[in-house]
Amino acid sequence: MATDMTAKTTYDFDQMLSSAREAYGEELMKMADEGLDFVFTYSDNVAASSATGKFVAKYPDRCFNFGIAEPNQVGASAGLALAGEIVFSQVFGPFLPLRAADQIHTDIAYNDVNVRLIGTHSGVTAGGGPTHNDIADLALYRAIPNLMICVPADADQCTKIVRKSMEYEGPMIIRIARGAEPNVYKDTDYEYEFGKAITTKSGNDMSIISCGSSVYWSLMAARILEEKGVNCRVIDMHTVKPLDVEAILNCAEETPLIMTVEEASINGGLGSAVAEVLAENSWGGKFKRIGLPDEFAVLGDPMEIYAYYGMDPESIAKSALELLEK
Amino acid sequence: MKNTDVSELKKIANELRQSVIKMVYQAQSGHPGGSLSAAEIVTALYFREMNIDPQNPKWEDRDRFVLSKGHACPIQYAALAKRGYFDESELSTLRKEGSILQGHPDMKKTPGIDISTGSLGLGFPSATGMAIAAKRDGKDYRVFVVLGDGECQEGIVWEGAQVANKYQLDNLVIFVDNNNLQIDGTCDEVMPNIDLGKKFAAFGFEVYEINGNDMEQVVDVLDRIAEKRDSGKPKCIFADTVKGQGVSYMENQCDWHGKAPNTELYEQAMRELGGTL
Repeated sequence: MATDMTAKTTYDFDQMLSSAREAYGEELMKMADEGLDFVFTYSDNVAASSATGKFVAKYPDRCFNFGIAEPNQVGASAGLALAGEIVFSQVFGPFLPLRAADQIHTDIAYNDVNVRLIGTHSGVTAGGGPTHNDIADLALYRAIPNLMICVPADADQCTKIVRKSMEYEGPMIIRIARGAEPNVYKDTDYEYEFGKAITTKSGNDMSIISCGSSVYWSLMAARILEEKGVNCRVIDMHTVKPLDVEAILNCAEETPLIMTVEEASINGGLGSAVAEVLAENSWGGKFKRIGLPDEFAVLGDPMEIYAYYGMDPESIAKSALELLEK
Repeated sequence: MKNTDVSELKKIANELRQSVIKMVYQAQSGHPGGSLSAAEIVTALYFREMNIDPQNPKWEDRDRFVLSKGHACPIQYAALAKRGYFDESELSTLRKEGSILQGHPDMKKTPGIDISTGSLGLGFPSATGMAIAAKRDGKDYRVFVVLGDGECQEGIVWEGAQVANKYQLDNLVIFVDNNNLQIDGTCDEVMPNIDLGKKFAAFGFEVYEINGNDMEQVVDVLDRIAEKRDSGKPKCIFADTVKGQGVSYMENQCDWHGKAPNTELYEQAMRELGGTL
């Protein structure tokens, strides 16, 4: 059963922006100040002026810079964890899944170590074109056994995941965007649980299942749909693995249309995971995946790219209306 | 075990070689060549040098052993069994379904394995992580790594070497099992390693060149580097070895990288090693 947040004002349409990168750096600082023991590894990707940079400056003895060598950083992080450390390891965008795939698979997941890999600049948020877009990661991570995949919907949820990870045994990915993203949760006083989706908006005409910053765009789409008389449920599937199958099946039982929205390749990510659940349960409803299509994305600002590929609120709402009318 | 003498170590190395041949023959699969070339190194570490406790494989102050050339695990399994980490009868289950002895080391299945390896190059950076953790936590343990010379063609090896230098990992000791053979031929033919020892020196390692199949030299170099424990530099023991050492038809033959002997050749190998069938 998904956590029901609909009784509270769970989302904030004033588009207050917060950076998950900054927020988790601040959380590391808080946790260190509280005396929690962990180490931090990175690869020439922490600006001194950032919250993480300040953490590194205050706690240099627990921070290790591996230079421009991401696989090395991930492999060494496994070694640190095998020697008993809890490791937070920050890697830039696509260079985590694509360069360090072998290390994530073998050193981290197979050895079952307490490394929290924080992939920044997810999706197209880096803004540097296809070499810097991080779109294949969810498909790759999903195929690696023993790897929890967390995609926080906003900065505050990211800090909850970081904090909660101190009690978690095993490896995990925390996938965050580049910069400031809209806050999804106005009321942040909720208990975060790994693997338990959150119903951010109720509704029985259709469902959107989303993760990461796409949850906010999905809520915006739901608002547009509301004006058209369509009551859309929005699920924050912050843990892509293990997947909250029950939450998906509830949507299948209670709503005739399910859409997924994610800022990742449409092949193999959250949409594929949801489709697998629906198909294997012989669901006969309408279904659509929204995400980055099977091509190297056009150049542009993230908002421009979302609009180009139908991932912005207006396009999501339009797709929903078209499907409902069919 | 610090007092185990060289003649005893030679005897053990020979026994481990017999175990390797028997294991690979029984499995009809596995990697004998690179296991045999590393026999003296593995024997000296497990039966003399390393501070370990087979009754307590996860002892947090133990020395760590990383077989970065994970396919040579038969020699490590033989050593672990003889040291009492598990019953020697397990050796006959190598590579079989349900065995604790997989085709490449699995730390979750085999007592005494400190890290799962098999993807070449990966063990080394992880070993640097262990060595960094030892320093951070004020622990005295050392981390020993065995790398293949062919394995040094993997770029990740040199990323790891940079880390060993940067963090002054004098508690890290790597052996390069320099047998100059890989699957497709000699390393010189396939992808020349060009002055591999000098490369490690250029990366900030103290480099010691030895004959890695000469037990006196292996023991002597380990004694020498133990004296330089706090030198601020990582250590590289560049060990010239013979792939397949000890079994005449396997020596210097790349064919025997990953092949099991038939009954006739198994019996010949065991006779040459003075073992019983």
